[in-house]
Amino acid sequence: MSILINKDTKVITQGITGKTGQFHTEKCIEYANGKNCFVAGVNPKKAGEKIFDVPIFASVKEAAADTGATVSVIYVPPPGAAAAIWEACEADLDLAICITEGIPVRDMLEVRNKMKAKVAAGGKETLLLGPNCPGLITPDEIKIGIMPGHIHKKGRIGVVSRSGTLTYEAVAQLTEIGLGQSSAVGIGGDPIIGIKHIDVMRMFNDDPDTDAVIMIGEIGGPDEAEAAMWCKENMKKPIVGFIAGVTAPAGKRMGHAGALISGGADTADAKLAIMEECGFTVTRNPSEMAKLLKAML
Amino acid sequence: MKIHEYQAKEILRKYGVVTPRGIPCFSVDEAVSAAEQLGGSIWVVKAQIHAGGRGKGGGVKLARSKDEVRQTAGEILGMQLVTHQTGPEGQKVRRLLVEEGADIKKEYYVAALTDRATQKVAMMASSEGGMDIEEVAHNTPEKIIKVFVDPLVGLTDAQATELANGIGVPAASLPQAVDTFKKLYTCYMDTDASLAEINPLILEGNGNIKALDAKFNFDSNALYRHPDIVEMRDLDEEDADEIEASKFDLAYISLDGNIGCLVNGAGLAMATMDTIKLFGAEPANFLDVGGGATTEKVTEAFKIMLKNPKVKGILVNIFGGIMRCDTIATGVVAAAREVHLSVPLVVRMKGTNEDIGKKILVESGLPIISADTMADAATKIVAAVK
Repeated sequence: MSILINKDTKVITQGITGKTGQFHTEKCIEYANGKNCFVAGVNPKKAGEKIFDVPIFASVKEAAADTGATVSVIYVPPPGAAAAIWEACEADLDLAICITEGIPVRDMLEVRNKMKAKVAAGGKETLLLGPNCPGLITPDEIKIGIMPGHIHKKGRIGVVSRSGTLTYEAVAQLTEIGLGQSSAVGIGGDPIIGIKHIDVMRMFNDDPDTDAVIMIGEIGGPDEAEAAMWCKENMKKPIVGFIAGVTAPAGKRMGHAGALISGGADTADAKLAIMEECGFTVTRNPSEMAKLLKAML
Repeated sequence: MKIHEYQAKEILRKYGVVTPRGIPCFSVDEAVSAAEQLGGSIWVVKAQIHAGGRGKGGGVKLARSKDEVRQTAGEILGMQLVTHQTGPEGQKVRRLLVEEGADIKKEYYVAALTDRATQKVAMMASSEGGMDIEEVAHNTPEKIIKVFVDPLVGLTDAQATELANGIGVPAASLPQAVDTFKKLYTCYMDTDASLAEINPLILEGNGNIKALDAKFNFDSNALYRHPDIVEMRDLDEEDADEIEASKFDLAYISLDGNIGCLVNGAGLAMATMDTIKLFGAEPANFLDVGGGATTEKVTEAFKIMLKNPKVKGILVNIFGGIMRCDTIATGVVAAAREVHLSVPLVVRMKGTNEDIGKKILVESGLPIISADTMADAATKIVAAVK
């Protein structure tokens, strides 16, 4: 078990023929069971062709119908990325993972509200991971996204973070001290995203193969606090928490579009305090995330 | 991206929001002829800088004659205007806005911004206009009325009326307020703004509603579809080093400390800054080199960091994933040679081909200090600059 994806997941790649899409699709196919997982690509202009032996379809709907795929990963450039998310949603997939960085916020606002309206009208819900995220991985089974596969190790610790390289940092620390990961999820650094910390914590809580979680956040927005409050009432597993950006000045966007302190409650200090109140073991030293977690097991 | 008040008002007027008549000026003479052109007997001379709090800092003044316009324009143009948003050194005033006076009966606040929690557009209004809205939110949160707008529907009449009633707009002026809120919302969406704020929105003696001051921020991801807004960018208002960095696709923000840091990934970059502070020093900057830490990018990053005279040492922290550590090490060595690096350099690399990368650093013969963890790197750079 794991969350969201496993070795039997069938994946469609939207934007498979672009430079980024090609580069990462090849690496995903090489990882663990990837050869059997990545079953289709989408590009209306290249339908009928193949890339890395993966058939290309004109639309997500056709690709899903033909291959039985239930998940898509999106590398489509920013101007068309929100439309690509909506296409995955209209094809009734279970999950769309959007790697693309730099999508206009208005496009994300519109597509998120369309997705919610579809569910409210009784349509099937497609979960969205990202955008501007590294994707997710269930070690030794499947990797969907741009993370380096070899730093991971199969195991029982969940990792969730907004930041890509900070996810890798936590994973590498865990692997180094002999703790493997059940799944590692990058939810993305944008202000408007799909799956949030709280959703991933819920999934890890329900996953019988996850024993403990490292939850990493950043300055900006209410999501980490919301997740912490939920965990206080519901989470049965130990959590180590870290928030990046104690030294970040207010009003300055720190790389990620979402990493911007706007009020008073979204500073790193405020979030760390809430997480601590909610029973997390928090650290201000990101080098000791895995060590702290090991001590709690 | 930010713009000036006079530019914000130009955009608002395009959407039908009423503002005082005004003319942007770059010199004292222009200010005087602007006053003549506007006519009347009272004018407001307003410093145009991107920071807020201009009034309190002495950047906004009333003038009751052309001579007074000349005098105040002369005082304000060229001054280092210090506000709570500029930092102690202030911001040089290079542009003015000369406006007709307004008959202010009441000041309100209204703004549109994206709400992350609900994933809708929040329209906020308050009866406490003309003040710092964060103070209002802190001291009297009940005086802020919020409605959340579904972007698929838009701001409804009912929502706009709720806002106007909530802040106590008199019945006679209600239709005009509702109309203004709806225009502000449309403008916010059409221009891909991330903030559109009118503060104060005034009620005049004759019952008219007018935008007396306005502020816009725009989503930088969407600027590609707004060339007209990009043209409004004023590079004088931005940090020169941040502009230089952006040319090389580097996200750079200068800070007050003395340890320069170069990291890949925004989250890891912040975590590195935090670790530096945890071990007793302060970071001199935020710098995210992104996915491709090539020799060229690392060299440019070094140059930009070293322009800051406060930098006494550099910490490089790279997680080599797709980009291998040996490639990064080669880049760091070449960059250190090219800039004739004279301050201590600590490099922490993790990930693919870590050992080969470390070997390249050692064999370069350069005095590069290698570190295993972020904590180790921070300890070493803090010790090296002391």
